[in-house]
Amino acid sequence: MLANLSQLFRYRGLIWSLVARELKARYRGSVLGFFWSFINPLLLLGIYSFIFSTIMPNRAEGLQPYALFLLCGILPWNWFSTSLNEAAGSLLAGGNLIKKVLFPAEVLPIVSVLANMVHFFLALPIVVGVLLAYRHWPDPAGLLWFPVVVLIQLIFTTGLALALAALTVHFRDIRDILTNVLMLWFFTTPIIYFYDQVEVRPYKWLFNLNPFTHLAISYQEILFFNGPFGHWKWLIVIGVAALVVFAAGYWLFDRLRDSFAEVV
Amino acid sequence: MNAIELSNVSKIYRKYSGRQFATLKSALLQRSILSELSPTETFQALRGLSFAIAKGRTCGVIGRNGSGKSTALKLVAGITKPTSGTVTVAGRISALIELGAGFHPEISGRENVFINGIMLGLSRREIERRFDEIVEFAELREFIEAPVKTYSSGMYMRLGFAVAIHVDPDVLLVDEVLAVGDEGFTHKCLDKFAEFRRMGKTILLVTHSLGLVERFCDEAIWLDEGQMRSQGDPKRVVDAYLAAVEKSEDALLATTTARAVAAVAPVPAEPPTATPDHSELQNLFQAVEGRWGSRQIEITGVTLSGRDGESFIFHTGEPMRVTMKIKAHTPATDFVFGVSFFNADGVCCYGTNTYIEQMDPLRMEGEVEVAFDIDSLDLVEGTYKLDVAVHTCEGYPYDYHRLLYTFRMKSRTPDVGIYRPKHQWSFSPGIRFKETD
Repeated sequence: MLANLSQLFRYRGLIWSLVARELKARYRGSVLGFFWSFINPLLLLGIYSFIFSTIMPNRAEGLQPYALFLLCGILPWNWFSTSLNEAAGSLLAGGNLIKKVLFPAEVLPIVSVLANMVHFFLALPIVVGVLLAYRHWPDPAGLLWFPVVVLIQLIFTTGLALALAALTVHFRDIRDILTNVLMLWFFTTPIIYFYDQVEVRPYKWLFNLNPFTHLAISYQEILFFNGPFGHWKWLIVIGVAALVVFAAGYWLFDRLRDSFAEVV
Repeated sequence: MNAIELSNVSKIYRKYSGRQFATLKSALLQRSILSELSPTETFQALRGLSFAIAKGRTCGVIGRNGSGKSTALKLVAGITKPTSGTVTVAGRISALIELGAGFHPEISGRENVFINGIMLGLSRREIERRFDEIVEFAELREFIEAPVKTYSSGMYMRLGFAVAIHVDPDVLLVDEVLAVGDEGFTHKCLDKFAEFRRMGKTILLVTHSLGLVERFCDEAIWLDEGQMRSQGDPKRVVDAYLAAVEKSEDALLATTTARAVAAVAPVPAEPPTATPDHSELQNLFQAVEGRWGSRQIEITGVTLSGRDGESFIFHTGEPMRVTMKIKAHTPATDFVFGVSFFNADGVCCYGTNTYIEQMDPLRMEGEVEVAFDIDSLDLVEGTYKLDVAVHTCEGYPYDYHRLLYTFRMKSRTPDVGIYRPKHQWSFSPGIRFKETD
């Protein structure tokens, strides 16, 4: 594991080049280019806000402005779900590389996660814009937690991405299953509703088992709710869990590594 | 010092049974995730292969398809791991296994050069330093900013080759990449390889081009079914390889012929209504395998033999004997023996019979043998088929074997046409050629 990590470190140049390539290639040929990283979440936000504040409004108290609340959960979720979807297919898509060029295969799913992290960062100005528009000032001390949450999400997502990428090589159905699992996961995570609202309370223990619940709540507490960041205990638990997921994912990936060049 | 060393290397490829249908669902239902992932059938690509190549040598690897050449190369490159045994390589490796693997079609040639270079182990600064040289070599100066998807396949390959060759490896692995690309580019690649040799780098070349191995390599390795058959002087190894290929071709032709003869044997002795008329030369256009005739006189066996006995492979200029075993069920006074050769296009290369050659039949009875001897079979390389027949002077067939016997001509000269007349070149003193070995 340590040897693998140090190898990854040696390949950081390649990883960043591939991330840059991924980003460049994605919008090559489109008129708006990088603005899509910005416009896509904005459009999504528009749709959700319209549905959940006009058509079937969420009546829970304290969720105003709703657009801002939504944004805190949806942007990280987008990073998470798109990363997993792309990572699952990354080894198959990069089959040519795995079979013909000598380089560590884990680079491919990691690039998927990192490229989507960049998209996440590119969408953050929307949050700033909305904060400014509503004159909503988050607690500066809480903001210091923001990079910690991002880091934990990065580790957690990478661990899952490695496991999914390795398994998809053998079971191609995972890509289809994953889309549906992620849909279910999205709705069972307090992103469009609040963790502490009346309807959710009886199932709280169930929600607590979902790691993404705590990531979403952390983002919400840091950016949306007033007062100091109070969710840090759970965040630390999730941080440890993320490390375990990462180690397990990497272990699985390593176990199956030798089969990639033969099965892809 | 050895640049490449394989000792007792085996590689077993696992076939995942019915991988197409092995779904996660079925694996979950049968609780067999782990057993699905474990191999059910294996294929051994290399069996205890050992060889060493000294630093600075150029070595060609030859062998039939599936003999393990590419597997060996991939092991040396480190792309796959040996199942057992050890592979040691000294120095930086560059593998020309697939040119331009990992190019992204949407981004420019320039960006692809950088990413490909980094993948092959160069640093960004090293690529910057070599960038102009790479572009120059690929002859893509005016296209380097265009996305790679707009490149022709030739341009794509040239760029891939240029990057890989500028990695400045100590050990260069080449897998049949020269087979693609135009004449000019191939020459350029060979020049570059020659430069590498002068610089004392080690080259391992997998190829089916035996000429290339003979001309270009210091030594050759012949792999067969994952094992080393021979290593050493390229000329000697190539000759041994060719001899073995001939032998297996010979066996193949023998079965082809046996099958053709067996397929037509049960045909009734009655001549088919469409039996062609009097001259066998007239139905040359209906070149279909078959056998017909009244079988009053029957050809019971045909063998081809060369200098060393029965064979299906002949070399241009060697002798050939066609032997027909014949059985006359009733004594006959009217008979003609005929033989003709056809090439793969169905062109009759030569045909003759005893009637044309003015031999008057007198009498034949019982079991006899006819031999047709050619002192020097001067046909060019290719596959040929043979007609043999016994018929009356009028052309009425007793037993006609159409295209049932196949043999192959081999030649070290790739000359063209059908027939090679004995020939010789002479030159006045103003013309001189390089000495050949």
